[in-house]
Order: sequence, then C-alpha cells, then structure tokens
Amino acid sequence: MTPITLLIIVLILSSLFYFVGRKRAFTVAGGKGARGLHSLPTYYGALTALWCAIPALLVFCLWQMFETAIVTNLVIGDLPDQIRMLPPERLGLVINDIKNLVSGNIVSGEIDPVMQMAADRYRNVQAISMAALTVIALALAVLVALFVRQKINPGMRARNHVETVVKIILILCSTIAVFTTVGIVLSVLYESIRFFKIIPLTDFLFGLEWSPQMAIRADQVGSSGAFGAIPVFLGTAMISVIALTVAVPIGLMSAIYLSEYAGKKFRDAAKPLMEILAGIPTVVYGFFAALTVAPFIRNSGGMLGMDISSESALAAGLVMGIMIIPFVSSLSDDVINAVPQALRDGAYGLGATRSETIRHVVIPAALPGIVGGILLAASRAIGETMIVVMAAGLSANLTANPLETVTTVTVQIVTLLVGDQEFDSPKTLAAFALGLVLFVITLCLNVIALHVVRKYREQYE
Amino acid sequence: MWCENTGNNMSSAVSEASKPEQPLRTLDIVNAGLAKRYRAERRFRRLGLAAIIASLAFLSMLFTDIFWKGHTAFRQTFIQMNIVFDPELIDKENLAAADYNGLIRNALEREFPEVSGRGDRRELNQIVSPGAAFILQEQLRDNPDLIGQTLPLWVPANDDVDMLMKGHIDRYAPEDERRLSDKQLAWLNRFEEQNRIQKKFNKTFFTAGDSREPELAGIWGATVGSLYTLFVTLLLSFPIGVATAVYLEEFAPKNRWTDIIEVNINNLAAVPSIVFGLLGLAVFLNFFGMPRSAPTVGGLVLTLMTLPTIIIAGRAALKSVPPSIREAALSIGASKMQMVTHHVLPLAMPGMLTGTIIGMAQALGETAPLLMIGMVAFIVDIPGSFTDPSTVLPVQIYLWADSPERAFVERTSAAIMVLLVFLIAMNAVAVYLRKKFERRW
Repeated sequence: MTPITLLIIVLILSSLFYFVGRKRAFTVAGGKGARGLHSLPTYYGALTALWCAIPALLVFCLWQMFETAIVTNLVIGDLPDQIRMLPPERLGLVINDIKNLVSGNIVSGEIDPVMQMAADRYRNVQAISMAALTVIALALAVLVALFVRQKINPGMRARNHVETVVKIILILCSTIAVFTTVGIVLSVLYESIRFFKIIPLTDFLFGLEWSPQMAIRADQVGSSGAFGAIPVFLGTAMISVIALTVAVPIGLMSAIYLSEYAGKKFRDAAKPLMEILAGIPTVVYGFFAALTVAPFIRNSGGMLGMDISSESALAAGLVMGIMIIPFVSSLSDDVINAVPQALRDGAYGLGATRSETIRHVVIPAALPGIVGGILLAASRAIGETMIVVMAAGLSANLTANPLETVTTVTVQIVTLLVGDQEFDSPKTLAAFALGLVLFVITLCLNVIALHVVRKYREQYE
Repeated sequence: MWCENTGNNMSSAVSEASKPEQPLRTLDIVNAGLAKRYRAERRFRRLGLAAIIASLAFLSMLFTDIFWKGHTAFRQTFIQMNIVFDPELIDKENLAAADYNGLIRNALEREFPEVSGRGDRRELNQIVSPGAAFILQEQLRDNPDLIGQTLPLWVPANDDVDMLMKGHIDRYAPEDERRLSDKQLAWLNRFEEQNRIQKKFNKTFFTAGDSREPELAGIWGATVGSLYTLFVTLLLSFPIGVATAVYLEEFAPKNRWTDIIEVNINNLAAVPSIVFGLLGLAVFLNFFGMPRSAPTVGGLVLTLMTLPTIIIAGRAALKSVPPSIREAALSIGASKMQMVTHHVLPLAMPGMLTGTIIGMAQALGETAPLLMIGMVAFIVDIPGSFTDPSTVLPVQIYLWADSPERAFVERTSAAIMVLLVFLIAMNAVAVYLRKKFERRW
C-alpha cells in the first residue's frame, strides 16, 4: 500500500463517519428530529468525521517525517562492523548505494552481497513500517471516531467544537507564511555560517577575486578558490543599473501619459497590453536576450568596429529593463492617480500647461511613491535569475564596461548549485552565502520601499 | 520659478491692460513665452506616447521574434523510404531485438547502390534520423504480417536535413562551412526530385519527451511534469491561501502576532524566487530527504512562492464583500463561522479563484527555484507519478536554449509558444471570471 492510498482510505473513512455521526445524532434526539439537538445534525457528523481524520493524519505525518531516519538506522545497525565503523561521510555514501539498490537504480560496479542483503533488509523494514502505519492509522481513525460517536448526546455542543477545530486549522494555515520566512532565514543562515567558518566574512565581502572552482581532493589539479564577492556584486549592480536606466524613463513616462493624457479607451487598451510584459515568464526573456538581443548588439558593435562580448552586460540589462517596465509604470500610475485633483486644478488655475503641472506639481507630490516603486523594481532586477543565467556570463570580471561579460549573484548561485553537490565544500556553501546577501538586500529594499509608499499614501488620504 | 511670477502678476496684468502705452506688460511676457511652452507641452506629450509605443514595440518584437523562430518547428521533414521487412534481420519471436537500423541501412543502400566505402555509407545513413528505427518497430508491432513485405514508409530525417529544408542551412555555402556534405546534398536532391522528401506535421513534438536528437525531442514529458507540479501546488496553495486570507480578514484579532504575519506575507511576495529554491534545497531535500527532481518537491516550493499572491488576492476579495452581508447573517443567528462559510466565502470565491489562477500562471512560468531542486535533469521518460524525476516546461525551454544544435532554436521557440498559450489561456479564464462575477455593491 502506498502512502497516497492510505490517505485516500482515511479520507473515505472520515466521510463515512460523517454519515454515521449524523445518523447517531438523529437517533439520540429521539422523535424530535433536529429540534431536539443543540446543534444541527450535520455538525455531529462533521465532528465525528474530523475526529476520524485528524488523529490518523497526525500519525501519518509524524510517521512520514521520521520513517526514513528510523529505517536507515535499523539497516545500519545490521551492517557488518567494518562498514558501521566507517567515518560518517563514507557511511553516507554506503547508505546512498543501498537506497539506490532499493529503488532499483543502476549502481556502478559489482553489487556487493553485503549491500544486496542490506537493501533487502531495507525493503523489508520499509514494508513492515508501511504495514504498521496502515494498521495504526486506520485503527486510530476508527476507534476515535467510534468513541466520539458514543459520546454524542442531544446536549452536546457539536457546532462549537467543530468551529473551534476549524479555527485552529485556520490559525495554523496562517502561520505558514511566518514559518516560510523563518525557514528561509534559518536554512540560508545555517549554511552561510558554515561557509564563513571556512572563508572569513571580510574576505567574502571585500575580496576582489571570485573563482569558486576548488579542488575537491588534494591531488586534483585546480585553483584553490577565491571567494571575494566584490566583482559579483558589481556585476549585479551594473546589470540592474542598465535595467533601471531602460525601465525608469519608459515606465515613468508611460505612467504619466496613461494617467494624465490618454483617453479612457486608449488607457483601457494600452494598460493590459503593458501588463502582459510582466506576465511573460522570465525564461522567455532570457531566450530573447541570449538569442536575439545579444547577437544583435554584438553584430552592430562589430559594424562600428567595437569588440563586444556575446554575453555582454548590456544585452541582459536591456532585456531585464523591458521586463521591469510594467512594475515601474503600474506603481507610478497608482501614486500619480493618488495625487489629489485639487493640486492639479490649482496649477491649471495659475495658467500652467499640462506638462508644467505634471513636472512641477504632480511629480514632486508623487515623488516618494515613485521612488518606492523604483526601489521595488530594483529589488526585482537584483533578484531576477533566468535572464542573467541565460544571457550574462559566468566569469567574474571587475569591470565598469557594459560591453564586457560580467556575472551576477543569481548566476553564481545557479551555477554553484546545479549539478552534483558536496555540502562541505565552500563552493556549494558559497551559494548560500550569496543567497543570504541577496535575501538581505532585497528585503531591505522592499521594507524601505513599502514604508515610503505607505507613508506617502497616508499623506493625501 | 515662472509660475510664481505669473501668479503674482496675473491680477495686475489684467488691470494694466487698459493702459495702452505700458512698455512691457506681463501678458506680453506670457504670450512671448507661450509658443515655446506649447512646444514643450507637445514634446512632453509625444515623449509619453513614445514611451508607451516603445514598450508595446518591445512586446510585439518579442512575440514576432518567438513566432518567427518557432513556427517552423511544427512541421518536420520526413523522407519516404521503401523498407523491406527482411525476415533475416527480424526475429519473429522477439520483435524488439530486430535490427531496425539494418533495415533502414539496407533501404538506403538499395536506393543508392553506387555508394561504397565506410565513410560515404556513414554519411548516407546520417540523413535519416536515429529515431526512424522506432517507427519501423511500431509498424511491425502493430502489424507483424509485414515481415517479408516491402512498404513505403515516411521516416523522420536528421535534424541537419530538416534545417536544410527549412532554409536554415545555406546550400551554396562552401562545403566545410555547412553541416551537410556535397554528397549528402546530392542524395537529398535525388529524393527531392522524386518528391519523396516532405515536411509534415510534427507529431513527435507534442507526444515525445526530451531527447538529444532535436527531431525526436518533444514537450510532452515537460508538460506532464508541469501538470503534476501545478496540481501539487494547487492542491496545497488554494486551501492554505484561502484559510489564511479568511483568518486574517475575518477572525484575527488586531495584535502583534497578526501584524507580524501580515508584514511577513507582504515581504514574502517580494522575495526573489531563487531564494525559495535555496529553501527547498536546504529544507526539503537535505533536511527531510525528499527525492530530487520530483514534482512533489517542485510543487511544495512553488506553493510557498505563490501563497502570498493568493493570500493577498483572497483578502482583497473578502474585503470587497460589504459588511451588511455579515451583519444580516449574524442578526438572524448565524455563528461567525457560519456567516463566513455560508455567505462571505461564496461571495468572495470568484475573486479568490481569479487570484489563484494568476498565482498558478506565475508558478507555471517559474524556472529558477526548480533549478535549485534538481528539476533540470535530462529526462527522456514521461513522468508517471508525483515522485518520478521530471522537468517542467520553462526548464525544458532553458535546457533547449542551452543546446548547441541549430534545430533546437526553433523547438525552444515553439515550446515558448506552447507555454505562452497556456499562460494566455489561464489569464483569459481569470479575466472572464472577474468580468462575469464582478459585483458592484
């Protein structure tokens, strides 16, 4: 039996017990029907169903969480001594081999009889565990439900019970957001701290050389690895600045035109079209940047006699700029619309033309909101991954020339973590350190931006 | 500042207008500058229009570029071959082990008996795709009586031949600069003269998984992976998102804890998606030991990523339900929970569904976090369950965009077109729902 079938059986059982509970409620109410009960009969059914499902699901979740660890430990306990005494990382490899054997993957080399035995044992224990889980979960479901059914009497406050349970579920759901944040912070921080134990924090933040390729074994040819992240940060900054120089003027001017000049029809047509730009997957932009824009820039540079790298920062930045135009324009549109009409009327009354009103009255009044929008767009640009992975380069050059190849934080995270990983090598851990920096920077930008926007909105409300 | 000047002098300008010989009237100053100011006005206005046109031009450029590159991928070059199902090469008991490549080689040899020599033969065999063998195998499996017969069959050509037929390889380029040799061109010309090389609808593209050979690669594997992943995402994020929105909007007391939750949700909405990938890698894969590349894990990560979108949309939908509905329900004796589940939630549901669909569209187009949890592997098989290794459409696009073969460019664009069709369809449903059920209270 697979876990999913077990889940489905529990759910079916629980819906069966709904009817059992409801019927029981009618029975205990005697001839008076639903009027003889404290709550509506459906609540008695729901209560029984809930108490049937919840304990079983709890057991199921806990079991799933700890099953792998317990089964693995049992199997290790049965291994011959010489394997059990191996250092932890070698033991990990052995366990991996066993698991591969269990799931029927191809294992390189001859299959050791000891391993085969261990795999059989693993399969065995797993089957026993699954059977035990099935029995325990189902027994628990039926017993608790029967117990609740037995307790049903006309005075029982079933609705209140059900509502309390539902409310607890609602509260649990709403805390998931908090747990996600905590999870992000802890997971990134934990690996980063391991990284900073190997590479000092100051070397990482202020070092000028980035070449994360490290020799994994001592006898391997390879550089010793340098983890100075300044070139990576500068590359990110450069691409983001290029993107913003594209997006801010275009986005801002379109927002101004749409909110101040355009007629209703034009606005209704143009606005959703511009929003499409925000809905296109970033991988599409990446493809466009890498296969259309970059060659175009390279060729046109070649015609002018310039040597432009085919992975230039310019191409990635330009396309990223196109991507964030809608962020800038829709946020600025909001704040420009929030500027009270009275301010405009005042300026018109003094004889200002429309553009003068916009430049001297509306924009200054909306400036904090616009800056907030630009900060949000900047945080988008910094955290954007696929465009730069596909169109920007890998080599960390310390350069200010947008025609050369640069790399970004997100590109490095992807290249360091895609493929085989070794979780004690600084190379892998460096990705988490970069992730931490990325998280902190975008978080700061967002908090500042949201604060600015909110403060500004309150001014005119 | 000019506006202060005109403002102060406006009244005096009007009164002074009656005196004819005043040397310099403010109105004159204003009028003198007027032409320039109107020019500036027109310039500014045109600038605004130009900005909108520029962004729409980018949009149309993007779409045209993709369409231009991708529309050819829906047709694929096939070559008609007279295959003799030679009994000597086929074991009747074990059809899978027959030498299908041998059958094709023989057919080509009969076609061009003059070709001799190892190198030339290899070049000759190269014009047919290695996938042709599967077509023969299928034919034979469906109809074992074919053994001993001769059958004209359309088999897929190699990707280079396909590119040649679609005009991506220049026939007249020097031999060492193109991927097909002069001899191969001559053979292909012979097929062309007999009208035995044709472009047909590319069914493989919609039914196959990934492949190293462009002519055998399809998006079905990635589409199924996407569906599994989205299903998990929907299954988790919709109930959790709705529950959170309901709690925060209807039940939560105004205190520190709910403030923290709210700030958290707003911040999560702006966290770069790749950070969710890092979370998935560190927590789901390394800590809980879930399988790599599995749609379940992808769905979990995307759930966390789309939750803020769904929660924010859900809260907006709940907010738009007027308080009178709630008061009416409470006044006839409903409990708070009954008020929510019987009245508020059904009225807010269209708005919540719209938000969910938009969140799902986001999840469908997301790539970066899935790279972190290993959904970037080369997977040929169509995934059959939620824990099978699989990939998703955007990742497939990323993988193909990285492939050096020229033929993958059009396939990448075609895959992008398919992805965009899905996204447009989802957004259209969202817009339709909003239009149909939107209520002004």
